[in-house]
Amino acid sequence: MKADAGLSLEFTLHGADFELAGAASSKIKRILQQVGVKSDVIRRIAISSYEAEMNVIIHAYHGEMRVSIYPNRTEITIEDEGPGIPDIKLAMQEGYSTASDHIRELGFGAGMGLPNIARCCDAFEITSEVGKGTRIYMMILH
Amino acid sequence: MRLIAERCKGCVNCIKHCPTEAIRIRGGKARITESRCIDCGECIRRCPNHAKTAVTDCLEHIKQYPFNVALPAPSLYGQFNSDVTIEKILESLLQVGFDTVFEVALGADIVSRAIAEYLKRPDIKRPAISSACPAVVRLVQVQFPELIDHLIPIDAPVEVSTRIARDEAVKRTGLAPENIGVWFITPCPAKMTTVKQPLGSETSNISGAIGISEIYGDLLRAFPDCNGGQKLRRASPAGIGWALSGGEVSAVQAAKALVVNEIESVNGVLEQVALGKLKEVEYIECLSCAGGCIGGPLTVESRFVAQYRMQQRVDGKMNPDAIGNLSVNVDYAAVLGGDERRVIEPRPVMRLDEDISRALYKVEVMEDTLKRLPGLDCGSCGSPNCKALAEDIAQGTACETDCLFKLREKVRDLAREMVEVADRLPPPLVKQSGDES
Repeated sequence: MKADAGLSLEFTLHGADFELAGAASSKIKRILQQVGVKSDVIRRIAISSYEAEMNVIIHAYHGEMRVSIYPNRTEITIEDEGPGIPDIKLAMQEGYSTASDHIRELGFGAGMGLPNIARCCDAFEITSEVGKGTRIYMMILH
Repeated sequence: MRLIAERCKGCVNCIKHCPTEAIRIRGGKARITESRCIDCGECIRRCPNHAKTAVTDCLEHIKQYPFNVALPAPSLYGQFNSDVTIEKILESLLQVGFDTVFEVALGADIVSRAIAEYLKRPDIKRPAISSACPAVVRLVQVQFPELIDHLIPIDAPVEVSTRIARDEAVKRTGLAPENIGVWFITPCPAKMTTVKQPLGSETSNISGAIGISEIYGDLLRAFPDCNGGQKLRRASPAGIGWALSGGEVSAVQAAKALVVNEIESVNGVLEQVALGKLKEVEYIECLSCAGGCIGGPLTVESRFVAQYRMQQRVDGKMNPDAIGNLSVNVDYAAVLGGDERRVIEPRPVMRLDEDISRALYKVEVMEDTLKRLPGLDCGSCGSPNCKALAEDIAQGTACETDCLFKLREKVRDLAREMVEVADRLPPPLVKQSGDES
């Protein structure tokens, strides 16, 4: 590890794989604890990475999650291949969700994911192309 | 938690079940890292050789005080046949040397009311997490420091009972408070440790804790002399029910409450809370032992038998309005410990290094090492799983050849190399040996 380079982690996410849902976020959380990041910061990172991870599992077919942990910040990029989001502004509204009834019955898809992530992050970017997929970048300062 | 070294065979049962990975086998014996230990007693339960014990007091110790109060945990009642009345059990405590008894179930009655009040507050973090089980509180400190605000800031029933019991004894005897011994008859080692290292208060008021298994025989022997004729004050069935998983929730009469027992499952549920799920839950009762306190490692009876007996007693509807009989003017703030409470601090023992850059480097070493390890989590290296071994290697307390598979690989490579070197004998030597023949 070079002096200014962070620790890099990569996770592959599969759509509809609820068995492994949350595994990536749990691992990130554990590593942040081992690194010694403050617990309230860890909580924000854990919640936002979990919500983003779940979004891929619920809505997309396949995704990659890349995490870089630096001494002063954590950056997470999630890119998925999926249906994409036609109206990001609408998707960012609390309570708006395109999740199916089946997903809602499982307790997900309450339309709180994206606004929740945005609230937890110090920097948040989302881009999406309908029919191709979505990319989320988030950064949280330690 | 203490290890009886001569009994320890260095098997991996304890390390495999420790929820905070606090134990390693080194030099053929288990070693507990105290800073990580949450005193859940899982290692006591899992050890086939009974090499782990909790440091508890014994009956002898009460002799150092002129006046002694026994504080029986409600789980004590589940240890005896349901035809042995609670009155008889309480009397047997007097028989073995205590001057008076005070049921912890009475403290539970008071705490139940206080929690019910607390849950009505609009400003609290939800879900509120019960702080009655000390092992759970310690698990939060070590593994979920971000949830400390969720812990209910009310002392456990045993502390509340101790305060009232000591006050009453002072009034009754005229002795100074420090001359009164207040002894908890405990099902679990975590409560023992609470006496030595209290949670949420400066000092514990309890003088000591005696394991149920320690005193069980004495009580059995005392039964024939007890007729249950003494008029002793009694707690309500709801307070007694705290010994069972779910008993706390039903005593508090909380709506939207989730009950979870067994430390591994508690870990899983708290993980979900930490991820921001379970927002609709108001209150979580978490107990470290399977079945609740009746499953404590210092109990004697099978927890299923104890559960049946407790249920019989709780359903017996004896003394339904016992709390009304509590003939003390309970100053809630004082007995609930509100005055002397201190903040429960996080214990960041999972951290690999004080310096964040060095910690990051260690995590990287760990991740790289983990890729090379077999991932069988057999525990033969003395660490609970491959991940923990990788962590120990990064910390410099273990090396890769501690792994039997890595060692075998290395021996095989070495052997191959030796054969190769042996085949490559220099020509003159061959010639010389040819000359000799």
